[in-house]
Amino acid sequence: MLETKDLLKQMIQVSGLSGHEAPIREVIEPAWKPLTDEMHTSRLGSLHARKHGSGPAPRPSIAIVTHMDAIGLIVKQIDSEGLLHVDQIGGLDPRVLPSQMVMVHTQGGDLPGLLVMPPAHCLPEEDASGAPQLKHLRVDTGLRPTAARRQVRVGDLISFASKPVELDGDLLAGHSLDNRASVAVLTEALRLLGRRKHAWDVWAVATAQEEETLFGATTSGYALRPTLAVVIDVTFAKSPSAPAHRTYDQNKGPTLDWGPNTHPKFHREMEKLAKRLEIPVQEAVYSKSSGTDAILLQVTVEGIPTVVVGIPLRYMHTPVEVVNTKDIERASRLLAEFVSALDETFMDKIRLDKTDEN
Amino acid sequence: MAIRKKPNWKAPRIGAAELALLETLSNASGVSGNEAAIRRIVQEEINGLADDVVVDAVGNLLVTKKGRGQNLPRVMLAAHMDEVGFMITGDDGDGIFRIETVGGVDERTLAGKPVWVGEKRQPGVIGAKPVHLTTASERSSALTLDALRIDLGPASAKKARVGDWATFATEFTRVGPSLRGKALDDRLGVTTLITLLKHAPANIDLLAAFTVQEEIGLRGARVAGYAMKPDIAIALDCTPAMDLPRWDGSENTQYRSKLDGGPAIYVADGSTLADPRLVTHLQAVGDAYGIPYQLRQPGSGGTDAGAIHKTRDGVPSISVSVPARYLHTPAAIARLDDWKNSLALLHAALTHIDRDLLKGAR
Repeated sequence: MLETKDLLKQMIQVSGLSGHEAPIREVIEPAWKPLTDEMHTSRLGSLHARKHGSGPAPRPSIAIVTHMDAIGLIVKQIDSEGLLHVDQIGGLDPRVLPSQMVMVHTQGGDLPGLLVMPPAHCLPEEDASGAPQLKHLRVDTGLRPTAARRQVRVGDLISFASKPVELDGDLLAGHSLDNRASVAVLTEALRLLGRRKHAWDVWAVATAQEEETLFGATTSGYALRPTLAVVIDVTFAKSPSAPAHRTYDQNKGPTLDWGPNTHPKFHREMEKLAKRLEIPVQEAVYSKSSGTDAILLQVTVEGIPTVVVGIPLRYMHTPVEVVNTKDIERASRLLAEFVSALDETFMDKIRLDKTDEN
Repeated sequence: MAIRKKPNWKAPRIGAAELALLETLSNASGVSGNEAAIRRIVQEEINGLADDVVVDAVGNLLVTKKGRGQNLPRVMLAAHMDEVGFMITGDDGDGIFRIETVGGVDERTLAGKPVWVGEKRQPGVIGAKPVHLTTASERSSALTLDALRIDLGPASAKKARVGDWATFATEFTRVGPSLRGKALDDRLGVTTLITLLKHAPANIDLLAAFTVQEEIGLRGARVAGYAMKPDIAIALDCTPAMDLPRWDGSENTQYRSKLDGGPAIYVADGSTLADPRLVTHLQAVGDAYGIPYQLRQPGSGGTDAGAIHKTRDGVPSISVSVPARYLHTPAAIARLDDWKNSLALLHAALTHIDRDLLKGAR
């Protein structure tokens, strides 16, 4: 797990915004290489790595799907002072943006920047004192106007530059833990599977574009045609000012999410296994959409039985997201155990046209 | 009398050592009322340099460096050690703490920041509700202290207590020609003052006051001014550069000061009217030495000069500030050149101070 925690810290110090995942893919690739048997990058930039099972070919496969892209900003305009106007990539609350450290990724290299709210007298009177609005925020690179205008171009990407902070009690804070905490779960599960037998093939998938389009998941599902899919994504953890009924505890295990994107019997099997192994899990419910890659993955090709595993995360979509690494550990153990327990009877067990015997 | 540049004069250098000192000072925590960590760094740095070093009843560090000769002008230079930040004012349990701001911090810059809490600088974060769980109408009102908490994690529930101070956990960085840090206001002034002590001109008695509680009402300077009995006082501070373009492209007429404009000489602010003889002196020195400077636009705000000039029977006072953007937020930006020029202007101006300077009527 120590190795995986180091990988996670590394993963939350690189960019890789939706549609531009190369920087994060280049960190995941070498980590997965020794843990899998073959690897390729999809045409949309998702990473597919297969670990062969021990059953007779052709083997069924389970895809474990984690999106690797991150939210951030993009340069929209460069003004006379060399300050950058920005637009968002992924969902952001502008109220967490003033005074954030960012990195501007230019063709000539990375530039540290600071997101700022202009002084009141530089704003229209009605916007001067209220909530910060994205249209008024600027990035100050510390460069003089001509230098900034020379180096930065419209369309350059801007990622958060907050560094990982370790808090007492196995907590890690930083940006992009959504969803690199889940990539860490998958990586640790692969590591555990290296030490035990599994009949099925495992596709480790790091998808592109979840935060904007979900197209990474659907195209990977089409390309790989897995028999089953598990989507791991972060979920809301209890925190000040977040509503209690929509949030889950940290350090009480991953959530197993229940709702229309989830295959009901597959979900129950996962739940039963967790209970048998005494791995703590929490049931989470969503009434319409899981808000994850499962939305499109489930309805790719002729339909893929999918479950959703959530890692409780505080302050989601801020640069100080907080995860408990114990939950990462528990989720990876559950996944590894689940994969190694898959046998030729499993698909029959979860057939929706069969009534439950028990 | 016109000022002529002294042929042998050289500005004290700002090199790697001075930048490293600024970095150490900017990263250290010293919220108003809790300046001890800063004072320790300054004391160590000036060890052996001065004739007299006193820590007074409120925590000011008062340093005297005598010139060569008798009855020299007593020139007080004041730089404040404190910075804006927070105090823990409530314990919600499980490592969650309520805070109040100390000094004029814009509450809208708090959400989503890492912080350091207490003497041991326990790391924590100020989070925010996930955007997914907010409504459009919620997002149209600013996040204020009511909704914000410091989160240290449940395992650290006992590692902070009500009354502890906290600061933004911002690491000093150089970005292009600029300096970026949480407490450039006024660790720039503190570093300038230490450097001036190391290169003190012999024509004056230099009274260096590293003051406390400037950000909550110029409180340290008031007693420092009384104790030091200066003939002249200069506050070395940071002033807002509000020189960004306006949203509609119209002229920004309320910029206060501008980056790359050189040291900002005060004429009038919210707390004092600068002594015109000192304004003229600083300008004349800048002109003679070819050091760029700007006159800070009169307006609100204040520096230690606002307190010192009213001590005893009055002290002719002025402020010279390094312009910096985004003061009183997690990170300010100043230009290295403006800092260098501030140090140069101050040093040159000190070498031309004599008893005649204040002979004429104000």
